[in-house]
Amino acid sequence: MSAPARTRVEPDDAPERPAVREGTAMLGRSSDSALATLRRGLRLSPEFTRGIGLTLLFAVIATVGKVVVPLAIQQIIDRGLQPGGDPDLGFVAAAVAVCSALIVVTGFCSYLMNVRLYRATESGLATLRRKAFRHVHDLSVLTQNSERRGALVSRVTSDVDQISTFMQWGGILLIVSSGQLLIATVLMAVYSWQLTILVWVCFLPLLFGARWLQVKLSKAYLKVRERTGDMLGAISETVVGAAVIRAHATEERTGRRIDQTVLATRRAQVKAQRLSMAISPFAEFVAAVANAAVIVVGVLLGVAGDLTAGELVAFLFLVTLFVSPMVMATEIFNEAQNAIAGWRRVLGVLDTVPDVADPGEDGVQLPRGPVGVRFERVSYAYPGGPTVLDEVDEEIRPGTRVAVVGETGSGKTTFVKLLTRLMDPTEGTVHLDGVDLRRVAFSSLRRRVVMVPQEGFLFDSSLGDNIRFARPDAGDAELEAAITDLGLSDWLAGLAHGLDTPVGQRGESLSAGERQLVALVRAYIADPDLLVLDEATSAVDPATEVRIQRALDRLTAGRTSVTIAHRLSTAEAADEVFVFDAGRVAQRGSHAELVGRPGVYADLHASWVRSSA
Amino acid sequence: MIDAATSELAASGLSGPPTTKLGERMSPGVNRQPPAVDSRVLRRGLYVLGVSIRTEPWVFAIAVIGSALHAGLSVASASVLGHITDSVILPAFEEGRTTAAALAVAAALTLGVGVGKALGLAARRLYAGLMQFRMQARYRRSVARRYLDLPLAWHHRHPTGQLLSNANADVEAAWQPLAPLPMVIGSLFMLVIAAVSMLLTDPVIAVVGFVVFPVLALLNYLFQRRVSPLATRAQALRAQVSEVAHESFDGALVVKTLGREDTETERFTGAAHRLRDAQIQVGRMRGAFDPIIESLPNIGVLAVLLVGTWRLSQGEIAAGDLVEISYLFTLLTLPIRSLGWLLGDLPRSVVGWNRVQAVLSARGSMEHGTTRLDGEGGLRVEVNGVGFSYEDGYAEPGRDLTDTASTEEHAHPRTTVLRDVSFELSPGRTIALVGSTGAGKSTLTSLLMRLVDPDSGTVAFNGVDVRDLARGEIARVAALVPQSTFVFEDSVRDNVTLGADIDDERVWAALRLAHADSFVAALPEALDTRLGERGASLSGGQRQRLALARAIVRSPRLLILDDATSAVDPQIEARILAGLRDTDLAATVVVVAYRRATIELADEVVYLEQGTVRDRGTHAELLDRSPGYRRLVTAYERAAEQRAAQAAGDDTEEVVR
Repeated sequence: MSAPARTRVEPDDAPERPAVREGTAMLGRSSDSALATLRRGLRLSPEFTRGIGLTLLFAVIATVGKVVVPLAIQQIIDRGLQPGGDPDLGFVAAAVAVCSALIVVTGFCSYLMNVRLYRATESGLATLRRKAFRHVHDLSVLTQNSERRGALVSRVTSDVDQISTFMQWGGILLIVSSGQLLIATVLMAVYSWQLTILVWVCFLPLLFGARWLQVKLSKAYLKVRERTGDMLGAISETVVGAAVIRAHATEERTGRRIDQTVLATRRAQVKAQRLSMAISPFAEFVAAVANAAVIVVGVLLGVAGDLTAGELVAFLFLVTLFVSPMVMATEIFNEAQNAIAGWRRVLGVLDTVPDVADPGEDGVQLPRGPVGVRFERVSYAYPGGPTVLDEVDEEIRPGTRVAVVGETGSGKTTFVKLLTRLMDPTEGTVHLDGVDLRRVAFSSLRRRVVMVPQEGFLFDSSLGDNIRFARPDAGDAELEAAITDLGLSDWLAGLAHGLDTPVGQRGESLSAGERQLVALVRAYIADPDLLVLDEATSAVDPATEVRIQRALDRLTAGRTSVTIAHRLSTAEAADEVFVFDAGRVAQRGSHAELVGRPGVYADLHASWVRSSA
Repeated sequence: MIDAATSELAASGLSGPPTTKLGERMSPGVNRQPPAVDSRVLRRGLYVLGVSIRTEPWVFAIAVIGSALHAGLSVASASVLGHITDSVILPAFEEGRTTAAALAVAAALTLGVGVGKALGLAARRLYAGLMQFRMQARYRRSVARRYLDLPLAWHHRHPTGQLLSNANADVEAAWQPLAPLPMVIGSLFMLVIAAVSMLLTDPVIAVVGFVVFPVLALLNYLFQRRVSPLATRAQALRAQVSEVAHESFDGALVVKTLGREDTETERFTGAAHRLRDAQIQVGRMRGAFDPIIESLPNIGVLAVLLVGTWRLSQGEIAAGDLVEISYLFTLLTLPIRSLGWLLGDLPRSVVGWNRVQAVLSARGSMEHGTTRLDGEGGLRVEVNGVGFSYEDGYAEPGRDLTDTASTEEHAHPRTTVLRDVSFELSPGRTIALVGSTGAGKSTLTSLLMRLVDPDSGTVAFNGVDVRDLARGEIARVAALVPQSTFVFEDSVRDNVTLGADIDDERVWAALRLAHADSFVAALPEALDTRLGERGASLSGGQRQRLALARAIVRSPRLLILDDATSAVDPQIEARILAGLRDTDLAATVVVVAYRRATIELADEVVYLEQGTVRDRGTHAELLDRSPGYRRLVTAYERAAEQRAAQAAGDDTEEVVR
């Protein structure tokens, strides 16, 4: 196998997380009405409407030009080249000159309008992205984990992009088309109000039809998205699960699944396409009906003496000017629905209230120095789930090294999450240095309390940058000093590019053990007063394991630390051990005290001794 | 009429900015710059289109017929209207009366043309879409099937992201031009009619037309050339925005616990702003181009009118001819533009096609024999002088992937992983493979399962070379639980059985043996619970135990555990391994392990060092005689002792002070 460390086993990162959680603060979509959504969306990014007045002015000029130019050309044809009579070359030349000037002005205004629109829209979209992105990070871990990563990403990417098509040409074109419709209607009414009403009546079904189509279409598109997701999932299994598929010889079954999902996607695509393309032929048909009706009724009106032949011919020409903005408007209407759906999803993010909120400016700033922790009758239950921590009442003195042990599901991870305020207790209070944790400003909390999760997530950049993530202003010398302090200089020396070593996506160019080391150095650079560690469980080769242990010892020296211990040695080395069982601290004391006493710890210890290396 | 063009544009969705395609791009970092439209790309692009036409001739024919119908009737509708004006409207007004029959004829003609146009349009768009989706589906299936057939070694040479984008974005890009294709062909048809009729009417006016059209085409070409690198850049930046968001949300816990939300937002905003600026640049180009293209035909009409009036005054042409040519002119904007879209899509299509072809033409399927293994009970496994090396690195990201031939068989430096490895495993024994990181343990397990073939030497089961075994035979008799477990997005049951016909009782038995029964039973729907994206709802240890059950349920005669219980608590791991020994599985078990307790459970240890077997024997024997082995397995204890000694030293110092 060419890449043994390609994807390492992810350790028990959240053993207490139930497979399906109900009632968690999930990201929804805003349920505001379409118009309210539009208003809120526009307010969120002021760039959208900044300078809209001038843009609209250009739009109006461009629109007028678009209607007037064909009319003028029609006039030239009518007046300049009377059939039978002599062509009026002078008139034609003059009219052509005027028309050309008009075209230039119209074109230039269109250009200005386009550029202004692009600038306004793109700036507005960037702002929307930024706001949504920031809000995702402000949400609690619980809410973040309730969504697929991909779904979260699409809230700041494709959902926002969905708005862009509408904003960039749809919105203004809707205004332009409405303008064209209005002008055409007024001109038509000048010739004959009866025929104008007739044309509008003919086109009404198009409006309603489009509305009806839209509902079906959004369902169809949703289906396409779902099917495409299934398909990509199935295909990715052939790549990501290549080894498993071969080891168990399930190629045929996987192939069949792929065929099914690919065909299902195709069917959904074709169905959506059938609906989405229907509007144009329908419009063609409606236009034909309108034309036929105008001819019949127009002739009858003419016979009755209410209309002249010239008026009817002119009117027929106006109908063609009426059709295209009408079709355009209906199409844009569809686009608007998409945009609003996108906005709803983005607003859904922004509307999700973070269930762990930063007190911000009013928050308490904690002074530096080892932290004391007190849990006061703290209970926790996942939304809709059973109680996982039950009235825990404990105190940790400043500077103590605490090891937390217990079986999977005993509440030890929850304890640590509450301690770092990744979650708030459902009942009771956690105090840091006597201050209710909920009142501590995040800026102060995150500086003083640092957690090193089991799987040290690394960003796709250099080793140095990843360490610096904890303190961006730290120089290379400081990083090297930190690495030396933790006894890891020989490891750093062994890396070909030192601090510049690229770590790869998610740090996968490094081994699991090395990633853990980077996470530890990162925590050291952050220089916290309370260090919370979740010890990695995955076995690394013994040499790395020794390095990690050594670095851990130095990292925790002189600080309050709480470590979820998976190894006997960690529990042995701690000042105090908290033994969790069924959501309570069943035992607490030093290793020496606990090991002799019959109880949960003694049992754990026995099995550890039997198995640990 | 001019606006009909715009509306068509809007309808086809091609005038707007490039919208994100369904199914977000899955491969971040794989940016590619499509080549500009040159004759090579054009030829290749036309070839790709030819492939699709040969594959779906009927669908294509209907789309083109629809397109021609629509185009032809669009041209004809003006004369029909003219005819109605002359024969029905004007007489009616002159005579002050009309007949129902005349009106009916007029209405029927108008309606007929309209219905014909509608039908043509519907057929064109429907079948163009059908063709595009069919080709996409066809090639997605072929690509995915190819992934299943190609050996694991091939998979290891190609980054996951690239393979996923081959099946998704590249297939999509390859068939993108199929959407405008029928329209372009219909339009070309129209263009020819127009050109001929203009020439027939008046050569002088035709010259004006022949000036405008090439200008239009040239502008289009220049625009595509200038805008397409910008658009590609914007697309890459769009992918970057998505990448940054993905990474940042992936590391949300670290961001939160280190309080780095602000800097992350800054980083993301940076990416979003780069995208914004690129998009504005594209917008500026497009914003200038659109009005020019839109007004050019109007200018053309004016020119035709000016020249035409002069010709008219000279008595060279009739007024009616002039009106007709003016009308034709306005109709021709769209054809020229649709040709531009097609040309614009071609380079991306060619790149996509080449990348897809690279997968489809990749060589190296595994050959299988026909031998089947009889009997039951543990297998005897012989590894004989096996050597293995692999190519360094993945396919380089910068390599020109448009060149099909270069993707395979490039001379790369190779890293030797195993060298002349030989050992024999007796039936029913448990053997531990021990060695430091990079010693070749995982590679050895892959060779045992024949996921890869050795460069030299053989692996044999009960005396049969694994290369002579029938397809699927190895999977029938042996099971590997790999280091990284893979969970299918499927029910727990299907994840264990993998579709094999195995009853629930046996599934539960396997889960029990893997110590996975209690957590599975606690899931909301037990065996029917669907596991999410790569089993994200399970912890690492739970996933490993599930993978173990998947292997056990097949009652393998050779069970290979490649560090497969590393994320399981040590005490549970011990229970699992003890359980495996106590069952009547009677399998030969190979276990890759670091933990001493795991090693001690084995009958025998094979100790690897830098790709060769350094020693073999019982744990006690190796501890005794092999210094490297001793160093490795006792490293942790020695460190603990040192620490204890140090702590003791500190204490004494304090006492002394």
